[in-house]
Amino acid sequence: MISAIVRTAVVSLRRDRGALALSFLLPVIFFSIFAVIFGGRRNSTPKVAVIIVDEDHSPASQRLVQGFQHEGSLVVKTRPEPVRGAEQHEYTAVSAEAAVKAGAAPVALIIPRGFGENPISFGPGGSDRLPVRMLEDSSDMVAPQVIAGLLQKVAMTSMPDLMAEQGSKYFDQYAGGLTREQRDRLEQGLRALRERRGSGASSSGSSDGGIIAVTTRAVVGENKDNPMVSFYAAAIGVMFLLFTTSGAAGSLLDEAESGTLDRVLSSRVTMTRLLLGKLTFNSLLAFSQLVLMFLWGWAVFQLDFWSHIPGFVIMGVCTAMAVAAFGMLLASVCRTRAQLGALSTLLILVMSSIGGSMFPRFLMPEAMQKAGLLTINAWAIDGFTKIFWRDEPVSHLWPQVLVLVSVAIILFVIARRLARRWEYT
Amino acid sequence: MVKSYEESLLPSAAISIPVSSVPLRVEALVKRFGQLTALDGVTLELGTGECLGLLGPNGAGKSTLIRSVVGRVIPDSGTISVFGAPADSMLARSTLGWIPQELALYPRLTCRENLQSFGRYHGLSGETLDRNVALCLAWATLADRAGELVKNLSGGMKRRLNMAAGLIHQPKLVLMDEPTVGVDPQSRNHIFEMIENLRSEGVSIIYTTHYMEEAERLCDRIAIIDHGKIIAHGTNAELVRKTFGSRSQVVARFAGAQDRIAHWVAQRGGHAVDGTAQFTVEHPTEISSLLEASARAGLELVDVSLRKPNLELVFLQLTGRELRD
Repeated sequence: MISAIVRTAVVSLRRDRGALALSFLLPVIFFSIFAVIFGGRRNSTPKVAVIIVDEDHSPASQRLVQGFQHEGSLVVKTRPEPVRGAEQHEYTAVSAEAAVKAGAAPVALIIPRGFGENPISFGPGGSDRLPVRMLEDSSDMVAPQVIAGLLQKVAMTSMPDLMAEQGSKYFDQYAGGLTREQRDRLEQGLRALRERRGSGASSSGSSDGGIIAVTTRAVVGENKDNPMVSFYAAAIGVMFLLFTTSGAAGSLLDEAESGTLDRVLSSRVTMTRLLLGKLTFNSLLAFSQLVLMFLWGWAVFQLDFWSHIPGFVIMGVCTAMAVAAFGMLLASVCRTRAQLGALSTLLILVMSSIGGSMFPRFLMPEAMQKAGLLTINAWAIDGFTKIFWRDEPVSHLWPQVLVLVSVAIILFVIARRLARRWEYT
Repeated sequence: MVKSYEESLLPSAAISIPVSSVPLRVEALVKRFGQLTALDGVTLELGTGECLGLLGPNGAGKSTLIRSVVGRVIPDSGTISVFGAPADSMLARSTLGWIPQELALYPRLTCRENLQSFGRYHGLSGETLDRNVALCLAWATLADRAGELVKNLSGGMKRRLNMAAGLIHQPKLVLMDEPTVGVDPQSRNHIFEMIENLRSEGVSIIYTTHYMEEAERLCDRIAIIDHGKIIAHGTNAELVRKTFGSRSQVVARFAGAQDRIAHWVAQRGGHAVDGTAQFTVEHPTEISSLLEASARAGLELVDVSLRKPNLELVFLQLTGRELRD
């Protein structure tokens, strides 16, 4: 008896492709995505971009810059990307700050003029040294910490001779100085260190210690009460928008099954008008959901909503249209509600995981960050981040607007073509 | 009481007077679904105020014909004109109403909201829409349930609302696809009254069914359709006369092996169904010779009767199949 029940269930499952996909395909896909992001077996470690401005141009500052450039885990930018092949001027403190605000890099280091005169110190006696200024985007919780640590490490590995010299000065100051013989040996050692640095060899060491003085300033989100709320409002919002609009678009399937669709299409309503009506409704539904999410963020989590209304409306409308069209496409592809449920769950969870709805994309490997750009989530979240995090003007939203509106149009056109199957027999 | 459909329906702004006065003309219509020929050269015409019954078993092609007329099926060949306009034109859509076999309603909307929705889909608005909704609710005797969600209605009420939704835009030609499927006898009678009201107001109707008594009660003319072809058409009396002439139907029931009975009945040119044999005779006196022959064949007669031919017998005679096969 039990075997008969199992047999029936197995046959039913085998014929339910949606349930099969949810049972076996989705877990494997999810496991793979998380393994790539957080696991150790990946080919491309995410690199941290850092802008370095050398205002000093001293040997010490140049060695520090070179030390950063030798770090394999960093992408060091000293000047903006070429525009139409034309090389750009080196970053200045002002342009570097603007670049961090615009999201070109999460951190900028400004090596001030006069840094080379007294670059490092041990202990509390270095009050006369000039600190390196670190400008950070605090929405990236990882990069500033990495750069701060690496700054100390690079100082140790790229300027060992300066450290030794500084050490001997301390010795002279506090222990009465070295004998001639000791000084000769020290000079010999320093020469060896300089030669070793010149050969490009590096050594590992602790990044702790504060050898180089650093002052840190958040240039993005510095005045935000609750900086990550806007990110999560957009990230979670978009994911649920996708679920909602896919479900709402499923009304097409219900109506087709009940015969209501036939009746509607026998009236003055054409298929194009019907789909446009559904798209409009689903877009309004999605936009309302976004409004609710952000209002909740404002009311409960101090999200600065009211001073970003124009940008919110632009991004909200574009995002709503894109997710609504996505739902329409899924409904047009599927034959039954069950199929729609399975396919939408599969696609939306995958899109959300690589598109940044579940965790920020900057935590992902570069290849996955690029793959994320194939999702609606990534473009929507980037747009909302520009508005609520970076306080950028609405004119800077054009790439996100262009992509989301194009996605909406393309998906709708495909959905319209697929909907021909309902139009006539 | 069922209220008159036409008595106070306002002229719809959406409907202009069509070119032709012939409500429906179908010529040489052919539709194939793969290897299956669903419609095989169907030709018919419907006059103003006429009710044409489309009678046939499941799969005969009734629904395909109806769906072709409402523009939901594109025929492979042949023509359909609704008041002179092509079937899938806006003009045709405005002048015909379709009552599908399915309950094509929005279950989470109320009766009134359903009618308002379908009215708007037909281009109605404002006062015209409000008045048509009120009249359709009254016509379907659902005025007191106007605010009820459709999903909470009884089966018969849903059927009536389904019909009202097809008439919200005051069509002059109405296509009804088995509107009484699954309803209880009381609701069925109610629906008949509604249809008779429509007829009395001069609305042209095509009514598909496989219930012979419905066709006999409601229709001026009947077309019998089988395997995608109209195999006979005319009034009820004409069909019987054409098929049987002055002949009568002898129904004899035998006891014994079904195969043997069926074999003998077939030899004598009759039809046998479940041990009941049916023969057509020119004159009642032929009955005695028929019974003598059965006795000689060793069949045990249980009872015998002489019946006046009806539509069901016409269908059986023409197709060799029961109407509800």
